[in-house]
Amino acid sequence: MNSISRRKFLKISGATIGAAMFSGSIGSFVKGANKISKKKVKGIQTIPTYCAMCFWRCGAIAHVKDGKLWKITGNPEDPLSKGRLCPRGTGGVGAHYDPDRLRSPLIRKNVRGEEQWVEVTWNEALDYTAKRMLEIKQKYGPESMAMFHHGIGATFLEHMMKAYGAINFGAPSFAQCKGPRDVAFNLTYGETVGGPERTDIENAKCIVLIGSHLGENMHNTQVQEFSKAVANDASIIVVDPRYSVAASKAKYYLPIKPGTDIALLLAWMNVIVNEKLYDEDYVKKYGFGFKQFAASITSYTPEWAYPETGIEPDIIRKTAREMARYKPATLVHPGRHSTWYGDDTQRSRALALLNALLGSWGRKGGLFQPTWLDIPAYPYPDYPKSSKKKLDNPDEKYPFAIEEITTGVREATITGKPYPIKGWFVYGTNLPYSLPQPDKTIEAIKNLDFLVVVDTIGSEIAGWADVVLPESVYLERYDELNNPSFKVPYVALRQPVVDPPGDQKPNYWIAKKLGTRLGLDKYFPWKNIEEYLDYRLKKVGLSLDEMKEKGVVVAPKRPIYYEDGVKPYFDTPSGKIEFYSLQLEQKGFDPVPKYTKPDEPPAGYFRLLYGRAPVHTFSRTQTNRILDDMMDTNKIWINKDVADHYGIRNGSYIKLKNQDGVISNKVKAFVTERIRPDCVYMVHGFGHRSKMLTGTYMKGADDSRLITQIKTDPIMGGTGMRVNFVTFDLEA
Amino acid sequence: MAKFGMVIDTTKCVGCMDCVVACKTENNVPEGYNRAWIVEDVMGKFPEVSMEIRSERCNQCEEAPCVEVCPTGASHYSDIGDIVLIDHDECIGCKACIAACPYDARFIHPDGYADKCDFCYHRTSKGENPACADVCPTHSIHFGDLDDPDSEVSKLLKSRKYHVRIPEAGTKPKIFYLT
Amino acid sequence: MHELSITRQNPLIDPTLHIWSWQIPVYLFIGGLVAGMMIISGYFLLKGRTKEAKCACYQLPILGIIILSLGMLALFLDLEHKLYFWRLYTTFQVTSPMSWGAWILLLVYPALIMNLLLRVPDFLLKRFPKLGDISKRLNAHPATIRSVATVNIALGLMLGAYTGVLLSTLTGRPLWNSSILGFLFLASGLSSAAAFVHMIAKDAHEREILTKADNGFLTLELVIVAFFFIGLLTSSASHKAAAALLLTGPFAAVFWVFVIGFGMVIPLFIQLLAVRHKIKHTVIAPLMVLVGGILLRFVFVYAGQYSHWLIHAGLFK
Repeated sequence: MNSISRRKFLKISGATIGAAMFSGSIGSFVKGANKISKKKVKGIQTIPTYCAMCFWRCGAIAHVKDGKLWKITGNPEDPLSKGRLCPRGTGGVGAHYDPDRLRSPLIRKNVRGEEQWVEVTWNEALDYTAKRMLEIKQKYGPESMAMFHHGIGATFLEHMMKAYGAINFGAPSFAQCKGPRDVAFNLTYGETVGGPERTDIENAKCIVLIGSHLGENMHNTQVQEFSKAVANDASIIVVDPRYSVAASKAKYYLPIKPGTDIALLLAWMNVIVNEKLYDEDYVKKYGFGFKQFAASITSYTPEWAYPETGIEPDIIRKTAREMARYKPATLVHPGRHSTWYGDDTQRSRALALLNALLGSWGRKGGLFQPTWLDIPAYPYPDYPKSSKKKLDNPDEKYPFAIEEITTGVREATITGKPYPIKGWFVYGTNLPYSLPQPDKTIEAIKNLDFLVVVDTIGSEIAGWADVVLPESVYLERYDELNNPSFKVPYVALRQPVVDPPGDQKPNYWIAKKLGTRLGLDKYFPWKNIEEYLDYRLKKVGLSLDEMKEKGVVVAPKRPIYYEDGVKPYFDTPSGKIEFYSLQLEQKGFDPVPKYTKPDEPPAGYFRLLYGRAPVHTFSRTQTNRILDDMMDTNKIWINKDVADHYGIRNGSYIKLKNQDGVISNKVKAFVTERIRPDCVYMVHGFGHRSKMLTGTYMKGADDSRLITQIKTDPIMGGTGMRVNFVTFDLEA
Repeated sequence: MAKFGMVIDTTKCVGCMDCVVACKTENNVPEGYNRAWIVEDVMGKFPEVSMEIRSERCNQCEEAPCVEVCPTGASHYSDIGDIVLIDHDECIGCKACIAACPYDARFIHPDGYADKCDFCYHRTSKGENPACADVCPTHSIHFGDLDDPDSEVSKLLKSRKYHVRIPEAGTKPKIFYLT
Repeated sequence: MHELSITRQNPLIDPTLHIWSWQIPVYLFIGGLVAGMMIISGYFLLKGRTKEAKCACYQLPILGIIILSLGMLALFLDLEHKLYFWRLYTTFQVTSPMSWGAWILLLVYPALIMNLLLRVPDFLLKRFPKLGDISKRLNAHPATIRSVATVNIALGLMLGAYTGVLLSTLTGRPLWNSSILGFLFLASGLSSAAAFVHMIAKDAHEREILTKADNGFLTLELVIVAFFFIGLLTSSASHKAAAALLLTGPFAAVFWVFVIGFGMVIPLFIQLLAVRHKIKHTVIAPLMVLVGGILLRFVFVYAGQYSHWLIHAGLFK
C-alpha cells in the first residue's frame, strides 16, 4: 500500500471538514491515499467478523453491496449475539462512513492541545514516535513510558510496549469501572465476575438489579436474556434512584436514596439470615466464617435501614423473601460499572455475599461457571525484566488491587514520584472523559515529553497528542482472536470487510512497524497478521481460511453449573466462600461490609448521577452519524417538582454548576417524574470539546468535567465518581 | 390475500432503538430522517410511575387516510400483504398524505417524494421479515399474516392483551401493542 | 402527570407539523375568491346584466384567469416533487378531493375562457380581432350564454367547496375534522368575491347588489362558523383541544380580532349601514372582508397543522 506523501499545514477545524462530507445516507469516502481496494464484487457479499462498537464483541456479519458496506447483522452462530446485534452494532456502518474520522497520521504543530496539525506519512509519524520513545528509554528508562488502553485492539500494541520494556499500563475499566466488583468477588469467591459477565439471566426466576440499568446499558446478551426472563414472568426487583427502563419492568421498584445501597444489602441479608431463608446446605458446604458474618449483621434490620435508604421496612422484607423464594435461581446482578461512592468494594462484597446466601454462585439461574476455548498464546521471547516496580499503586497502598490503577499512573505523571513518567501511549480510551477530574489529566499531560495517541476519530485525548496515529475501524481490519469465557467455549475472528477510506492502519501493523523501529523485531516473528492468526488457530484444529468463512466456531459444550457436575472451587485463603474475610481484616478493613452514611448535598444542590444509553458507547460514538441521528445530545434529568420550583421547563437549556464552581456547557433539561428529587442524571459521553468532532462539538453536557471530586476506594484504588453535587445555572 | 401486520410486545421492549437503526441501514434512510421511532409513555408521580415503551412506525392502516387523499394514486395498497406503499414516480409531493396521517408516520424524502416505513416490502414480499423484526434483540417485534389464524401474530393477538394507536381516528391500524 | 418522549425528529413533522406555509393559504383564498367570482359572474349572466355596459361582470373572467393562475403558481411552488406534477392528470382518484380539485381547475380555465369570450376585453380585441367574431357568434344564442353561466356557477361552487372538503378529509388534523369546512370556504369565497367585485364595480346599483349579497354571505359565514365550533366542542377531547386553539389558545388573538372582527362582524355592520343609506359605500369594508378572508385561510392552515389527536396528552405543553 502506498500513500501520497503530503506535507500540509492543516488546521483541522469545524469549518474545513464538516458539512460537505456527509450527504444522504451513504457518505462520501474521505479523500485519502491510493488504495489497493478489494475486488469490487457485484452483488451482495456477507462477511463475518466481530463487533467493536463496545467491549462485548458480538459476532457480526457485514453485508457488502457492490463493494460498498451496506448493513451489519448478527452472526446466528455467535453465542453472544445469537444473530441479533445491539443498536450500536447495527449502526457500525456509521463508524466506517464517519466524516470525522482521522484520515492520516498527524504531528502536532505549536502548543499541545490546540489541535493544530501537520499531516505526515506513516513513515514520518512512526520514525518520529520511535525516536521519542527511544529518547525516553535512554534518558529515563522504558518504565517512564506508560500505556493507557481499552479494547482487544490494544493487544499487539501492549505486546510492543512490553517488549520495549514498559511496565506501567492502565485500563480505565478497572479503577474507573468494574474494579471494585471484581476485587470484591475475588475476595469472596476467589474469582472475578468477568466480561462477558457470568450471569445466567435467562434462567433466573428472580433478578435483582441494584444500580444496574440493564436495557439502557446495552450489553447485548444480557439485555436479550433479560427480556426472555421478563417474558417468562421472572420476578424483577429494581433498586435505583431513577425509574429506569428496567424499573418499568419490575415487580418491585425501590427508589433508593443514592449512596445507601450497602444499608439495603445488609438489611436484606439480615432478613434472610434471621428468617433462615438462605440456602443452608450450600452455606454449610461452601461457606467460611458464616457464624461471625451472621453475628455482624444482626443490627442491620429493615427498621434500621429505612431512614437511611428511604425504603420501607415491609418492602425490604417482602423483597428479601421474594429473592429467597426463588433461590438458587435468584440472580443479584453484580453490575459492571461499580465506582460510585468510594466504599464500592464493600458494597460489591455485600452483593456477592447476598448471592452466596441464596446459593446462586455456580448454580443455574445465578452465576454460572464460565468456560472458554483455550488457544495457546503465540510464542514470543520473554519480555525484558525491569528493576523498577510499577508505580500505579506505590507501596501497595491499595492492597487488593488486582489490575493497574490508571489514576495512580496519572498521579505519578503529575508528581514524578517514585520516578517520572515522561511518555504516554494511549490506545482507544479518551482519557479526559474516561478519567474523572479532567484538569488533572491535562496537568499530567503537560508534564510529558511525549504523548502518542492511536484512535479512529479526533477525540479530546487525540487533540492533546504530539502524534496521532489513525487506526482503521474494526470493519476494515483483522485483530486478535476473541475467545472469551462464557457459557460455551468458542472463538471468533475479526477480518476486514471493506477497505479503510483513508490512510488508516490497523493496530497490529502499527505495532509491528513501530516494533521494527524500536529494535524489537524478534518480538514480531510473524510476517503478517494472517500468519499469526493461522498459527494460533491451527493449535486448536482450526485454520484462518475456515474462520474467514464461518466467523465463529463453537466448541462442544461443557458443564457450567454445579448441577451439571462442575466442581465447586474457591481460590480464597480458606478455599471456601469467605463470608468473613480474614485477609481484609488483616489489612485493617472490615471483614464483613459495614455501612457509612453518604454525604448530604449542600442546600440547593443535587447529586450528579450518570449512566449509559443503548445507542452510544461512552464518548466514542457521537460522531457516528447513524447513532448521532438516534441520540444527538444528552439531557439532564430533573424531577418535575424540583424543576417547577426552579421554573425550569422541559426542553429548555440550562447549565449546571458543581460544588467546586465548575460550570457545564448548556444542556437540555428533561423534566420528568422518573427520578428522585435529590439527584439529577445524565448520559455520559457528550459535551465534546474537540473541534475535530464536528458532528457533535459542544452538544450536550460533559459529566466528567463536573466530576472534580472523587472518593477513592481504600481497598483497591477505584475512583468513586458519584460524589459530586450540582446546582442549576439558569443564565444559560 | 395475506394481510401483513405487526405485533409488538411492549413488556419486553427496552426502547434501545435497534429497530430504528436497522431500518436506517436496510433502507438507506437519509441522515436526519427516521421511518421508525421510540416512544416512552409515562404516567404517574414518582415513585409510583409506570412506563410503556413503544417502537412505532407507519401502521399500514386497513383504511388508510393517506391512500384515500392521494391525488395521483402514488400512495396505494400493495399486491402482497395489503400494506401501504408509495410509488416515488407518481408522487408529486403535495403532502396531503402527511397531513392526513394521525400517526406522524410520513415525511418528505430529500429527493422530493413522500416516504415512510414500507414493512421492508422488498423483503416481506419475498417471505422474509422486515429488518426491524429480525434485528430486535429482545424479540419484541413479531411480523406476519393477520389473515392466517396459525401465524405467530394471530396467535399472539388471541392470547394477549393489546391496544392500537389512536383507534378513534378510525384508520384500522395493523400494528398491535401487547401489554 | 403524563409524559410522552418521542425520539423522532423528522423535518417538517417535528416538533409540530409544518408542511404547508404561505403557499397553501394563499391558494385557498384565491381559489375561493375566483370561485365566488365565477358564481357572481354566472349569476349576472343569467340575470341578463350583460346588457349593462358598465357591468363589472366583464372584468371578472380575465381577472379570474390571472388571479387563479397566480394561485396555481403558489400551489406548484408548494410541491416537493415538482417535475412530477403532471401525474395529477394521468389518473382520477375518486376518494381524493385533491384529484377532484386538479380536474376541476383544469375545467375552470375553459369555462373562464368561454366566459371571457362573451365580452372580450379591449386590449385583447386589439391584438386578436378574430376573438370579436367568436364573441358575436356566442352572443347570438341566449342558450349559449345560459350554458356558459351555468357551467361557471357549477364549477365555481365546486371550486369554492372542494378545498374545504379537502381539508376535512385529512384525518390526522382534528381541527379540520368537520364536513362544514366545505360550506365555510364556499361562503367565505363568495363573500370575498362579492367584496372584490364591489370594489371594482363602476355601477352604483351593482355595488348595492353586491353589498347586499356580501351581507348575506357574511351572515351565512358567521352561522357556519358557529356550527363548526359546536361540532368540534361536542366531539372528542382532541377536537375540543383543536377548537380551543382558535377560541382561547395561541391563535385566538388573530382569529377573534382579524378573522371574525375585521373579516366578518365589522364589515357586516358597516355594510348594513351602507345599504340603509346611513353611510356611503367605500372600499373599507370590502378590503376588511378580503383581509379577513385570507387570514381565515392562514389561521385554519396553520392551526390545523398544529392540531393533533394526541394534544390532550400534554404533547404541546
